Amino acid sequence: MDMNEIKEIFFQECEEQLAELESGLLKLNDGDRDPETVNAVFRAVHSIKGGAGAFGLDDLVSFAHVFETTLDCVRSNKLEPNQDVLKVMLKSADVLADLVTASRDGGSVDESRSRGLVKELEALAKGEMPSGGAAEAPKAAPVAAAAPAATDDSGFQPIPFSFDDDFGGDDAAKSVFEVTFKPRRDLFAKGNEAALLLRDLSRLGEMAINCDTEALPALDKIDPEETYFSWTISVTTDKTEQDVRAVFEFAEWDCDLEVSEVAAEAAEELPMVPVPFDLSALDDEPAAAPAPTPVAEVPVDTKMAAAAARVEKKEAAAAPAAAAAANNAAAAANAAGQTIRVDLDRVDRLINLVGELVINQAMLSQSVVENDTNGTSSINMGLEELQQLTREIQDSVMAIRAQPVKPVFQRMSRIVREVADMVGKSIRLVTEGENTEVDKTVIDKIAEPLTHMIRNAVDHGIESPEKREAAGKDPEGTIKLSAKHRSGRILIELIDDGGGINRERVKQKAIDNDLISPDANLSDEEIDNLIFAPGFSTADKISDISGRGVGMDVVKRSIQALGGRISISSRPGLGSTFTMSLPLTLAVLDGMVVTVAGQTLVVPLTAIVETLQPEASSIHSFGANQRLISIRNSFCPLVDVGRILNFRSTQANPVEGVALLVESEGGGQRALMVDAIQGQRQVVIKSLEANYTHVPGIAAATILGDGRVALILDVDAVVAASRGQSMKQDGALKADMSLAAAG
Amino acid sequence: MSYAVKNLAQGDRELIAFRVGDQEFCVNVMAVREIRGWTKATPMPHAPSYVIGVINLRGAVLPIVDFSARLGMRSTEPTPRHVIIVSQVGSRTVGLLVEAVSDILTVTEDNIQPVPEVASSLVKQYARGILAIDKRMICMIELDTLFPENESEAA
Repeated sequence: MDMNEIKEIFFQECEEQLAELESGLLKLNDGDRDPETVNAVFRAVHSIKGGAGAFGLDDLVSFAHVFETTLDCVRSNKLEPNQDVLKVMLKSADVLADLVTASRDGGSVDESRSRGLVKELEALAKGEMPSGGAAEAPKAAPVAAAAPAATDDSGFQPIPFSFDDDFGGDDAAKSVFEVTFKPRRDLFAKGNEAALLLRDLSRLGEMAINCDTEALPALDKIDPEETYFSWTISVTTDKTEQDVRAVFEFAEWDCDLEVSEVAAEAAEELPMVPVPFDLSALDDEPAAAPAPTPVAEVPVDTKMAAAAARVEKKEAAAAPAAAAAANNAAAAANAAGQTIRVDLDRVDRLINLVGELVINQAMLSQSVVENDTNGTSSINMGLEELQQLTREIQDSVMAIRAQPVKPVFQRMSRIVREVADMVGKSIRLVTEGENTEVDKTVIDKIAEPLTHMIRNAVDHGIESPEKREAAGKDPEGTIKLSAKHRSGRILIELIDDGGGINRERVKQKAIDNDLISPDANLSDEEIDNLIFAPGFSTADKISDISGRGVGMDVVKRSIQALGGRISISSRPGLGSTFTMSLPLTLAVLDGMVVTVAGQTLVVPLTAIVETLQPEASSIHSFGANQRLISIRNSFCPLVDVGRILNFRSTQANPVEGVALLVESEGGGQRALMVDAIQGQRQVVIKSLEANYTHVPGIAAATILGDGRVALILDVDAVVAASRGQSMKQDGALKADMSLAAAG
Repeated sequence: MSYAVKNLAQGDRELIAFRVGDQEFCVNVMAVREIRGWTKATPMPHAPSYVIGVINLRGAVLPIVDFSARLGMRSTEPTPRHVIIVSQVGSRTVGLLVEAVSDILTVTEDNIQPVPEVASSLVKQYARGILAIDKRMICMIELDTLFPENESEAA
């Protein structure tokens, strides 16, 4: 494994860490105050920093370092993670992601942006320190100096101190004090040191120390700055209680101190034998020693980082044990241990092979059925089992490629943030069902249309805060992105609580853009769907964010290219809902197998709205060679598939065939004429382009049970071709719409 | 047929000869993946006349080209006796429909004679040379010119 491969793995891990970071920050943004969430966020940044350091990615390291420092303040409860803080943090996460990308692919990042954020982060780390940064500053140096001492001395052994024998046999004058001393974290922040205090105490007389380690949590939960130990000290001295208290004079406010005098006799009975307490058993874990505050600059920080790293290491090692504690991080570590990275090509190869296996199995079954006269032979039964097995294998293999939509959704939250910032709106993105799984190719391909829709929703959907307030709504807009499985497809919904579609304006725009005739009488739904029409953009002024000429028609087309559908429903003043329904995989397709001019074709089921048997009375000639079919009082152009594909030279008699009512990208409906429907089945998609060229009207090919190749119809292309023949003179949609209006 | 067993010397090349109509052609054996019997092809819409259709070759979609028609000769009426020469042309795999495979030849550069100057014959365009073997005339075809790579890129 060479350096580049290791680096590649690092970047892959960075992606995961960044996802972790962002989801953690979003959780915090939603009011989650679980320390484990904060820790997860901290760990993510820290791991990136650590890895980047190893590869000498200085920009990344320095930014991650500042980010980490600020996060550490949150972790140690010095900085309240309120909305403002989290806003900066989320932006920092974005910059960190940019830096990672820049480090991997080359290129540069917006330096002014990252510098600005560094300043903001530093301000957060310093300015909002509860102890008031400036006043404490002079103490920083001693603290830093004390830091190593703290580590070294914390491993102290209970030593029976016997100093001056001045008080030698003078037992009578001696009294026994029992001191309970529990330092608080601020004690160390102010440069005090428990070990030194105890040494001072020992000078008063003979003492026995009992350290209470009860409060020490599991290793993976240790906060290096928290204090966990308390000491019970029995001092036999001739000094007064006052003197004993004087030892703790400077630490008094930062510790829980109890001093009580016990009878000398009773003291004798106290277990004076020191409890053996060996910190070295903890593998020099500095976390046990309360580390000083981050007011101190560099040395302290690196030390803490080291501590955190070690804690992290411990955690990974102790994962099975920690799982008992049902803590999130451990669960994540476990889950990570059960995944492997596999090259996508290998998975694809496997999927291809399984696809062929399914075809072969179907062919075998068919030939057995043809040759087997009595149909009950053991071969038949074996074949049936084989069929079930191949089905199962196919499903399992498909499941390998399935990935949760989470990464895409997370990318969207960034886009919402950035665009909302740009247009000066305050918008919350709520995601739901982000663990819904779908094929990787689908995930890769929905990102772009989804980005476009999100931008649109932020830019056009949600109103400005002033407008929202005027309408009596929360000035902060909400966009909800949800995913769920429904009947073998994935349903993605994008809901905004904005103003909804301004139907008047949409209609006016459509008329202005010559998309519909001014006297068209359209239903609300039809108006809403106009936004999907090519060349339509509602933004009055072209903004930087959306409205660059590519509109919702592009979104709709890319969704349809995936075999999906998109629809919109909108309520004025309450918002709009975009619903996308997508196939779970692109490797197989649900199709209707039809016969056209003696050939077998597959029509994607997603395109078909309904099928019907035309009656002679519903067919109307239109112009020279066009025919329309009337369906429930509206007229729909009839397209002979066999004619379009040049399978036959004359139009078939519609009454003898079946009409498939399809919806195409222009939004218009067409009735496709085929000769007969054979059935409905799932087919494996095979590329035609690999060995041949692209064929107009044909999307791909598949192999049927009899081993023959069947072509998959490209419905949009067929409809477009039919349109080209029939309506060259006018905008297609205009003709569509006026037809609809006439009907 | 003794040519086939001869050891290949430097510059020798092996060719597969096949019959189309009353003529014989040959292609480089290295381009040939396999030879299989005729199976019914699925016709392609908007295809050139010489593309008979596509067949299923173990899960891949393989276009079948009528070799005779491709060279501008009479198009073939395929029967079960016809064979398909599955050949690799550039990055693509194409099936050539021919009447029968007749021979495997080993020839040297010297055996290859230049194509005679014949006016306006499609064959001339794709022929790399002609061979005289056992009083037969075999035309050597360059597959790359028959199916130029950029044809698919243009589409």
